[in-house]
Amino acid sequence: MLKSVYNWIDERLDITPMWRDVADHEVPEHVNPAHHFSAFVYCFGGLTFFITVIQILSGMFLTMYYVDDIVNAYKSVDYLQHQVAFGVIVRGMHHWGASLVIVMMFLHTLRVFFTGSYKAPREMNWVVGMSIFFVMLGLGFTGYLLPWDNKAYFATQVGIQIAASVPYLGQYIETFLQGGEIVGAQTLTRFFALHVFFLPGALLALLGGHFFMIRKQGISGPL
Amino acid sequence: MQDHNKEQQSHGKPNKRREMTRRQFLSYTLGGTGGFMMSLPLIANLRFAVDPLLQPKAESDWVKVIDVEKITDTPTAVNFEKNVVDGWYESDKGFGAWISKDASGDVFALSPICKHLGCTVEWEKNVNYPNEYFCPCHAARYTKDGKNLAVAPAPLDEYDVKIENGSVYLSQIKPNTRVE
Ligand code: HEM
Ligand code: FES
Repeated sequence: MLKSVYNWIDERLDITPMWRDVADHEVPEHVNPAHHFSAFVYCFGGLTFFITVIQILSGMFLTMYYVDDIVNAYKSVDYLQHQVAFGVIVRGMHHWGASLVIVMMFLHTLRVFFTGSYKAPREMNWVVGMSIFFVMLGLGFTGYLLPWDNKAYFATQVGIQIAASVPYLGQYIETFLQGGEIVGAQTLTRFFALHVFFLPGALLALLGGHFFMIRKQGISGPL
Repeated sequence: MQDHNKEQQSHGKPNKRREMTRRQFLSYTLGGTGGFMMSLPLIANLRFAVDPLLQPKAESDWVKVIDVEKITDTPTAVNFEKNVVDGWYESDKGFGAWISKDASGDVFALSPICKHLGCTVEWEKNVNYPNEYFCPCHAARYTKDGKNLAVAPAPLDEYDVKIENGSVYLSQIKPNTRVE
């Protein structure tokens, strides 16, 4: 049944070469944990992506209940966690995934560093990877404010004060992030917009570039 | 493009004026129009996003906090409420101040918010440090003028002060003007 659907589409659109080109390539022996167990360090990039997918999916579902307004944000998070079926799990995925994605990204970066994979011709992918790292930190920072509890509020206050200590530009960065003179209603809406639209958009674009370059250049050789 | 130019030249008419090719003309006009069409939404959106940066600082109201007779050389604590506008919300927010007279008899008011990490300082809070503001969180100390003596990286902030009909009025918080 599925096969005939696939064939029906393939006859019309010739999609086989497209996915072959993306997916059909050999995994070299030195990155395959079945050959050398220590090659598991090559899995961290994929694991980072896996958790990123979880973050995006759980985040999209959280927005079905979450409200980015100072009066209702906390109540909506409380409601989705305690009243909605599987709320603990969906929010838990997003909450713990946010930390885990940073851990995985860090391990992946260590692998790239210690295998020297950042060297020519892969310098550009190191730069893109670093941009992904900072976008990810941005997602963590903006997401942390959203529950609008005391921890969220004061963590953001401190984070913005750190940003405000940048020479010359600090006070403008502060006002821009706060959307005003205090951490308040307009900070929450700003952080929400950054968290669910701007930063995920940037993240997906960067991930696209990251994967394109990996596919084009292949995985780096054995040590 | 080059072939095109050569073609023209081979016709025996040297192309001295370096005329624009059809292709160049089209890419400039299409590029220009496309750029113009993109820039309109872009400019509107960017202006929208940076609006808080271009807003004038909100004028703070003057709030009557205490009778001027009650102010002495020793700092007195006052608490008051001020109307604060936060986007589409308006509320009364609590503020505190330490008010005292300096050597020449001028009244001044300091913000009690520690310049280290934002706890609340108190005059002579610690018996070991008489005549100083002390912060219980990490032991920051300040002089009566608010000068930072330990831990804190900056002097205590100051309120704008005005005396009218025997009362002290406070408004905006600004950086300390009394120490260097
Ligand atoms: C890799 C990407 C992401 C990271 C690292 C991340 C991180 C975070 C963090 C740290 C929180 C605070 C959670 C808590 O305190 O329990 C949060 C909350 C939230 N995030 Fe994300 N996030 C990501 C992607 C997304 C996406 C793509 C969306 C939506 C399209 C989203 C929607 C939300 C919402 C609605 C909340 C508030 C609910 C809550 O606090 O539980 N997130 N995020
Ligand atoms: S906050 Fe006052 S000493 Fe640290």
